[in-house]
Amino acid sequence: MRARMSAETLTSELTRRIEEISGENLLKCYQCGMCAAGCPAAFAMDMLPSQAIRFLQLGLVEEVLNSDTPWLCAACQTCYARCPKGLDLSRIMEAIREIVLQERGDYIDLGDLSPRDLAEIPQQAFIACFRKYTA
Amino acid sequence: MQDKEPITRALIIGAGIAGMQAALDIANSGYEVVLVDKLPSIGGRMAQLSETFPTLDCAQCILTPRTVEVGHHDRIKLVTYSEVEEVAGQVGDFRVRIRRHPAYVNWDACTGCGLCQEKCPKRVVSDFERGLGRRKAIYTLSPQAVPNRPVLDRESCLHFQGDRCRVCEKVCPVGAIDLEQEGNTIEERAGCIVMATGYDLYSMDRLGEYGHGDLANVIDGLAFERMLSASGPTAGKILRPSDGAEPKEVVFVQCAGSRDPELGVPYCSKICCMSTAKHAMLYKHRVPDGQAYVFYIDVRSAGKHYEEFVVRTVEENRTIYLRGKVSRVFEEGDKVAVWGVDTLSDRQVEISADLVVLATPMIPGGGTVQLAKMLGLHADEAGFLSEFDASMQPVETLRAGVFMAGACVGPKDIPETVAQASGAAAKVLSTFARWGKVAEGEAAARAEDL
Amino acid sequence: METSQLRIPYFPGCTLNTTAKGFDTSLRASAQALGVELVELPEWNCCGATFPLLADNILDLAGPASVLVAAREMGERLAVACTTCYNVLRRTNLAIQTDEDKRQKLNLFIEAQYEGDLQVLDFLQVLRDEVGFEKVARTVKRPLTGLKAAAYYGCMVLRPASEVAYDDPENPRALDDLLMALGAEPIEYAHKGECCGSYLAVVSAQAAAEMTYSILSSAQKNGAQLIATNCPLCQFNLDSQQAEIGRRHTGYQTIPVLYFSQLLGIALGLDADDFDWEKHSVDPRPVLELVEPR
Ligand SMILES: Cc1cc2nc3c(=O)[nH]c(=O)nc-3n(C[C@H](O)[C@H](O)[C@H](O)COP(=O)(O)OP(=O)(O)OC[C@H]3O[C@@H](n4cnc5c(N)ncnc54)[C@H](O)[C@@H]3O)c2cc1C
Ligand code: SF4
Ligand code: SF4
Repeated sequence: MRARMSAETLTSELTRRIEEISGENLLKCYQCGMCAAGCPAAFAMDMLPSQAIRFLQLGLVEEVLNSDTPWLCAACQTCYARCPKGLDLSRIMEAIREIVLQERGDYIDLGDLSPRDLAEIPQQAFIACFRKYTA
Repeated sequence: MQDKEPITRALIIGAGIAGMQAALDIANSGYEVVLVDKLPSIGGRMAQLSETFPTLDCAQCILTPRTVEVGHHDRIKLVTYSEVEEVAGQVGDFRVRIRRHPAYVNWDACTGCGLCQEKCPKRVVSDFERGLGRRKAIYTLSPQAVPNRPVLDRESCLHFQGDRCRVCEKVCPVGAIDLEQEGNTIEERAGCIVMATGYDLYSMDRLGEYGHGDLANVIDGLAFERMLSASGPTAGKILRPSDGAEPKEVVFVQCAGSRDPELGVPYCSKICCMSTAKHAMLYKHRVPDGQAYVFYIDVRSAGKHYEEFVVRTVEENRTIYLRGKVSRVFEEGDKVAVWGVDTLSDRQVEISADLVVLATPMIPGGGTVQLAKMLGLHADEAGFLSEFDASMQPVETLRAGVFMAGACVGPKDIPETVAQASGAAAKVLSTFARWGKVAEGEAAARAEDL
Repeated sequence: METSQLRIPYFPGCTLNTTAKGFDTSLRASAQALGVELVELPEWNCCGATFPLLADNILDLAGPASVLVAAREMGERLAVACTTCYNVLRRTNLAIQTDEDKRQKLNLFIEAQYEGDLQVLDFLQVLRDEVGFEKVARTVKRPLTGLKAAAYYGCMVLRPASEVAYDDPENPRALDDLLMALGAEPIEYAHKGECCGSYLAVVSAQAAAEMTYSILSSAQKNGAQLIATNCPLCQFNLDSQQAEIGRRHTGYQTIPVLYFSQLLGIALGLDADDFDWEKHSVDPRPVLELVEPR
């Protein structure tokens, strides 16, 4: 399908918000792919991190909101460590999650975790999930 | 201007292809030139290259006639193994103090027979060979060196390090070795100056994700040039530095440090797309059953016949171009693992390589910034010399009578360097010619007065 | 034992208080043996477990900021054991130091007058820079001779480098050097700083298993008999994912994953019985038996 593009689609409210809450200028990214090349979780993602940025640059926000990429970002910052343009993708991913959580509610139900998991998973992971996957 | 007649003599700093071209243009027009280089011999980086894009001329073959002409020219005074220490005066009459490093060889007596280097027992890693080869403690940069005179490197010389040796002294048939020699300074006067201090490559030490320059089979482009050179440390064979095996999988990484305002340099190094295509092509010429890969962000092949050259590398040499950067390079057994991406197929890519060649960016030649300061010139943030006016006066500096050419102004290839050098020479020549006209006019006026 | 005392305020964090007790007990015992008195903050709260990444998020900085304020009351430095806490506290501190706006808002919010004039140190950093690995080596009673160990750093002490790293972020050495000081043989492998998946286990079994597998198998391929880490979450992931890895990769051999402080304690000749070995999915004790008794 052809993506219809116009000044209007390029400046959607959602992209503006993603830029605002992440604090990153999406057009700084020149699509070198360094982030995608090193991302340790990319193999499990349906979209490379650089591709997610590309869709946002083009105003194709829905693609990203429906992708599992932001949810599989471990915030390890390998990408940020090497991005030649200094983009912190973990912030952009967090912004995307934030928007989806606000629109669609919790991503996971922590109540579904087994008692064994609850007993074993370190506190820090638990709290992190709570903050990243619930509204 | 001063009352005295201006001096129609040029001083050129840096004897790479830029400095040599400017020197020849000026000298062949009838003026004297003093050509200074910090290295023992002239030619600059071009002397390290194998074959040149886009024509695949043998670099040495097109360079040697120039170096020889410069070396023999009546009106060119070569001052090598020397650095400019101070510049006083102004356009028309610059007074330049030049420090000559002690070669510990009396160059006037030396015949260039090479016996000293042959017999010297001390071998050290050679900078000229980019660490892939060795030289002696007394050495010339290459067999084609102009001037063909050796220098003795005190830091490695056994005698200077306190051991008994003096072998060179014993074997020299004309007694030219002078272990008591001291450096000296000379004064030169010139009406105009041309800056041609060229470039260095950004150090691999600073690329942590690519192994900090510590991995034997990860080398930079100039090292690969030395490997490709028939006169180089491997006699033109492509060999893996770690064990001398012929590499069958070779990965080239473009923009290794360039276009990277965060960790490297922000600018595009301009020549690497072409030098990398050349490397992949020449690799396939040497190792027909090998595979070359090029990781790139963009291929910038805007010169004449350049795009055609890149297309040949892909179509005829079957080089695989992968669109994306490489995030990490690390040793894995006797291989080098390369983690990259191809954003065109949206795949993370992993290649188990025998050899990785990093296209690191050009940075201003060592000492350019200090010289600029000394001369009151401007340099940009990266240290490249600034033009008086980037559009309309591209070889003029902010200082009258000081011109510039070549890679010290910004990354560029040989054709562009040579053109710019001729441009700078033309500016020097037109300045000299103007002074000549003024002098003629004054003489005519005086004659009328009488 | 050691006479010259180094007193330093200490923040254990939630994880060391609950699931990573073995980290805490071994760390405290080792510190004491090395003449370091860790003075636990009298009252502390959770650091928040992730550094808030949204530009306008002041609220989530309040937690770590309160910890910093409490620590500042006790001195100018704070030692942190959990690398996640270290990362969060250190970045929060830096934000307070350098971001005028955040500083003002936060101080208003938590009713404090805090300027960020505290040094947040990872415990490993204290060992390296204040105690010195040389001294550690001299204090060793039971060298871990012959033990091939893979140092694993994870993300939190390496990235973002400008904010948290005290080591070369692309080629860290601190933990390797400590292992060497203990008499063990640190092996070289490429995955020292590759992410283990952090909290991803909760949303993707595949991601968690494969990310840990690449690290574990890389260490094993390079001869490691065990993995030593300074991050409690990494320890958990690397250790507990091995059952799942075994199901996905036939022939997979397990490898124990320890807190570096457990190895430190053993090398210092301490009683290791309360190092909480039962918590480990892969029991490290058989491998540790290879070490000569003291
Ligand atoms: C890997 C690689 C491959 C390349 N391949 C090609 C190719 O195939 N075709 C092509 O057209 N171009 C190629 N180039 C580019 C080419 O090397 C340059 O365009 C050219 O060498 C620039 O010449 P230059 O005289 O300006 O600088 P240089 O060659 O760097 O010469 C500068 C000279 O100045 C001297 N100097 C520096 N500082 C001082 C100082 N302070 N005092 C005194 N002397 C000083 C140096 O010793 C040197 O002799 C390649 C470059 C690289 C990195
Ligand atoms: S590394 Fe940075 S510039 Fe390159 S594609 Fe990723 S976000 Fe864009
Ligand atoms: S921070 Fe997220 S996107 Fe970036 S490398 Fe880590 S997991 Fe991948």
